[in-house]
Amino acid sequence: MTDNIPASDETARVEAAAQETTREGTGALAVLNSSVGRNAGLVVALVILCVVGAATAGDRFTSTDNALTILRYAATIGVVSVGMTFVIIGGGIDLSVGAILALSSVWCTTLATQQMAQDSTWLVMVGVALAVGAACGLVNGLLIAYGGVVPFIATLAMLASARGLAEIISNKKTQIVQVPEFIDFFNKEILGVQISIYVFALVAIVGWVLLNRTTFGRRTIAVGGNPEAARLAGINVKWHTVMLYVLLGVCCGIAAVLLIARTSTGSSTHGLLYELEAIAAVVIGGTLLSGGRGTIVGTVFGVLIFSILTNVFVLNNRSQSEQQLLKGAIIVAAVLLQQRLASRNSST
Amino acid sequence: MKSIRNRFGVTLVAGLSVLALGACTGNDSGDDDKKLGGGTSQADSGSNDEAGDKVVIGFSAPAADHGWMGSITESAKKVAEQYDDVELRVADGTNDVSLQISQVETFINDGVDAIVLLPFDGAAMTPVALKAMDAGIPVINVDREFDDPNAARVTILGDNYGMGVSAGAYICSQLDEGADAVVAEIAGIDSLPLTQDRSQGFEDALSECGQDVDNRVAAEFTVESGEKAAGNLLQAAPKIDFLWNHDDDQGVGVLQAIKNAGRDEFVMIGGAGSANAMRDIQADNTVLKATVIYPSTQAADGIKLARLLVQGKALGDLVEVEVPRTVQLYAPVVTKDNVDQFIDTAFES
Repeated sequence: MTDNIPASDETARVEAAAQETTREGTGALAVLNSSVGRNAGLVVALVILCVVGAATAGDRFTSTDNALTILRYAATIGVVSVGMTFVIIGGGIDLSVGAILALSSVWCTTLATQQMAQDSTWLVMVGVALAVGAACGLVNGLLIAYGGVVPFIATLAMLASARGLAEIISNKKTQIVQVPEFIDFFNKEILGVQISIYVFALVAIVGWVLLNRTTFGRRTIAVGGNPEAARLAGINVKWHTVMLYVLLGVCCGIAAVLLIARTSTGSSTHGLLYELEAIAAVVIGGTLLSGGRGTIVGTVFGVLIFSILTNVFVLNNRSQSEQQLLKGAIIVAAVLLQQRLASRNSST
Repeated sequence: MKSIRNRFGVTLVAGLSVLALGACTGNDSGDDDKKLGGGTSQADSGSNDEAGDKVVIGFSAPAADHGWMGSITESAKKVAEQYDDVELRVADGTNDVSLQISQVETFINDGVDAIVLLPFDGAAMTPVALKAMDAGIPVINVDREFDDPNAARVTILGDNYGMGVSAGAYICSQLDEGADAVVAEIAGIDSLPLTQDRSQGFEDALSECGQDVDNRVAAEFTVESGEKAAGNLLQAAPKIDFLWNHDDDQGVGVLQAIKNAGRDEFVMIGGAGSANAMRDIQADNTVLKATVIYPSTQAADGIKLARLLVQGKALGDLVEVEVPRTVQLYAPVVTKDNVDQFIDTAFES
């Protein structure tokens, strides 16, 4: 496959390697399998949820304030999920996102960091959060790509140790942010919408462009779909894998900043079980857990579906246990659907 | 190759969703005869319990992952049901601060009359509580305090420091003068201020009679964590005279570990006051001889105060015409002698 492409044209080779894994059936099947088809399913699910919400809770669901409440809740987990999409498309998995978020939130709210922020600018805290996230991602990536540790194990180790380190740094206490500029900035409203929601939107847009309009995105798809073909096409698969985990680490840093702004605290208990939430959102968004295919739009829909589901349950005074049950069912349904699509793919 | 990895992916997701489902353990604080008092049905005319204006109360608490916390929500619901004029909206328990914040935001959007809030993390819930107060909705802060006094109209607290003091004082009362006892402590979640307060009170009371804590471990309020922590502690300390365990939920695991190790040379004191622990104290056939109460009915008290507050009524038996700012509950020691008095309001773990 790669032989008949001129060796000089790197982009073309990457494209070819990527296409090898995304080639799909023709005709009606193609429509079903295309990202448009899959997102249509998500739109339907979202519309059904909204109809249920509006029918059961009326104005309380449809009000602008409620929409903003949903979006503010979706923002933190959404940013993590966008990063997670890249890692999963690249053939990996990351179980440590919640722990990285906690570590990042703690590190950037220590007295020393806050003192530095007070002496200069609150952006120091943002910088620290992103740097901590990126560093954790780098460790994950290096262990996986160069250490040969499978992603599941490497990030499981990070899950344990990052939260442990967060507990050591914070001495298991909740750290309160004394830099009002930091909190105020993210809670500021532009056109009635908080900055934190814009941050989520920005991350999603940048993620979409990165995945669909850049070589980095095409390489990610190639690496996840068929690492060997990607390597033959001249992609530095190992380094690319490292970069994917760093990208997710940075996303965790951004999410930490949003959560700190929302709670005015950093804590080693922040981000509990976010790995499950993020992976679930990515999976129901239509990203294949085996890698090689996935969409940012789908992930954003996945995050919104879960956030709206939570909101509708709260509005209707229903227990979260029922919601967990329904969530589990939705995940299983999404995976079964994926499996069918995958098996149809391999038979055509 | 591809299909194998696919299958791995499916198994992973299925496994993760089972984990997520498994995370919510059942809590049944059953006992319907529990005397929580009050209610419109038995109200004398002119009393505070007499039906008044309709009050909509929003309620949010952490996940019911141990019996005490399960009982918090159960008893709040039970009390709300006794009043015809109370509509309770319960946002089901969560340990995700971000989700708990959005629950409170939903209450604010709804324009409820009052919010009763037991925060997973008091400091983290402060901004949204302030937002509710700014919107004119009184917030009743239960158990875990906000870090800004303006964020709550009423604060209802158990006495964590007092629990430690009661447990320590009980040990002192059991000691021969001048003896040096080996005292061990199994704490709850160390990151919570409540655990730090309990330990501080324990230390202070013990120092009154010249004792100190020789071995200390922390568990997480769950049976499993209690068993693990106690197992390690018993290994570390070959001979113990007194053991204070902060929490009777984790105490189920602690007692199991003690049984497995075949140890009975010490006296154990529990904490929080579960019905389980009280039955053991009553039967007097384990090392557990006493427990220190931390009422699991505080949120129920919060509902009652919220109702009075919104209806503009005063707290009966006080001269003061407004509902007080802070209510702190007492932490009595329960032993075989007085257990009958407390067992009815104890929670099932």
